[in-house]
Amino acid sequence: MQVNFFFKKRLRALLVFAFLVSVTYGGIMITEYDVIKGFSSIPMAISWGVTNFFPTTDSFEHLPKILISLWETILLSIGSATLASLFALFFAILGSNTTTINPFFATICRFIATLFRNIDVAVWSMILLFSFGQSALTGYFALFFVSFGFLTRAFIETIDEVSNSGVEALRATGASYISIVIHSVIPSSASQMLSWLLFMIETNIRSATLIGILTGTGIGFVFDLYYKSVDYNTASLVVIAIVIAILALEAASNYVRRVII
Amino acid sequence: MALLELFNLSKRYDQHTIALSDINISVNKGEFIAVIGPSGAGKSTLLRCINRMIEPTNGEVTFDGVDLLHVKRKELRRLRTKIGMIFQHYHLVNRLTVIENVLHGRLGYKSSVVGALGIYTKKEKEQAIQLLRMLGLADQMYKRSDKLSGGQKQRVGIARALIQDPKMLLCDEPIASLDPNASKIIMDYLQKISQSLGITVIVNLHQVDVALQYSDRIIGVSQGQIVYDGTPTDITQEQIHQIYGSDFDDLMVEMNKEKHYAG
Repeated sequence: MQVNFFFKKRLRALLVFAFLVSVTYGGIMITEYDVIKGFSSIPMAISWGVTNFFPTTDSFEHLPKILISLWETILLSIGSATLASLFALFFAILGSNTTTINPFFATICRFIATLFRNIDVAVWSMILLFSFGQSALTGYFALFFVSFGFLTRAFIETIDEVSNSGVEALRATGASYISIVIHSVIPSSASQMLSWLLFMIETNIRSATLIGILTGTGIGFVFDLYYKSVDYNTASLVVIAIVIAILALEAASNYVRRVII
Repeated sequence: MALLELFNLSKRYDQHTIALSDINISVNKGEFIAVIGPSGAGKSTLLRCINRMIEPTNGEVTFDGVDLLHVKRKELRRLRTKIGMIFQHYHLVNRLTVIENVLHGRLGYKSSVVGALGIYTKKEKEQAIQLLRMLGLADQMYKRSDKLSGGQKQRVGIARALIQDPKMLLCDEPIASLDPNASKIIMDYLQKISQSLGITVIVNLHQVDVALQYSDRIIGVSQGQIVYDGTPTDITQEQIHQIYGSDFDDLMVEMNKEKHYAG
């Protein structure tokens, strides 16, 4: 029986693998993708990048303008994530099973969060483009909505995970609902929530670039501008600036995480 | 007059799961009661139905002359301040200090605003310090509570319950996660509290020998019903067998082992 069990398990793994291979092969057939040509063009792409996509001394003249846009984008990302986290905290407390006031309310809160989360940030910015036009507000609200949806979900899970026991103890002492939230739920989950917020800020800076290209604002717009005017040198400088900013922010948030835990 | 009376108390989760059926208990002031029974017998549910952490389906709970099941939310909060609760897994807020956790026991006495702001009087703070001294935690007062050992955490739990100035303590498996040494310390404190402060103590236990050693009265629960209610001296091996059913033989092995440790 033992032998049979392992044989069955191996057979199942083999079937899954065969399925994946056939799906991949089917995909290649349908799209008429030339595998060999695909791989062989990678070296060409690299050599194009090396010969064209690098900053020159001329492109550094545009640096101040790039940095201003980049700074604007970073602030926008931080601002949208922090404001979203306040709203998310409120919705998460009402939405979590541990702390909800009533189950019906909790379902509504979770539904709103799911709705905001599952509409992609690019879709949000296209929708909001109609209302706010080509301005920083469009990007801000797109980031805000997605951050709100994601953080609500993350905060609900944090609350459910860490504060069950403290809540029960404080309820048993006769503490009021608000006291329970402030003295048990918030202290137990604050550090994890802050960690999620930092993660959200990093994610927002990455998506802000894409939103900028779509909505014509911020660093994304600057990149798009140089890229379309075939000034690849300056466009590459934009990319490098973004990468450095993200790395710096990640280092900073890792430091904060280490300190608070 | 009895401090706590349970009359025909029942709890059913759905049509088929009956956690408690027709529980009748009368508890006097200052009694030390051990509730014993196998896992899943309904010990925890019984304890939590007393202070309505779990809402009973039927029956009556009278505490200190008040019908607990028909009071409004605010009155329930007031009555809960008079019932301290101690948990198997201590249920402290880990990221806060020991003294903050103890002071949580006073939150039930405060209005929402004062409680939310965490304003404690000088007298309350002094009382917290005094309790921590009494429980041998004077050096741990300002440490984060997740830095403590299990036994120390449980003593913080006791301090949090005592600062409520309770008439009764409900202890849900207080020593189930502790080693024999720490278990003895905790049980000794509970006994001392019951005797010197006249506080009624109801303890859920799964160690029969501990129950026999410390309590004035044993309540045996099996499948949601009370099958024994009497003094520890009167209980017979047969009755213990009845409480634990077929797990009895395993239990005896465990008991002998524990005796060996204690000796």
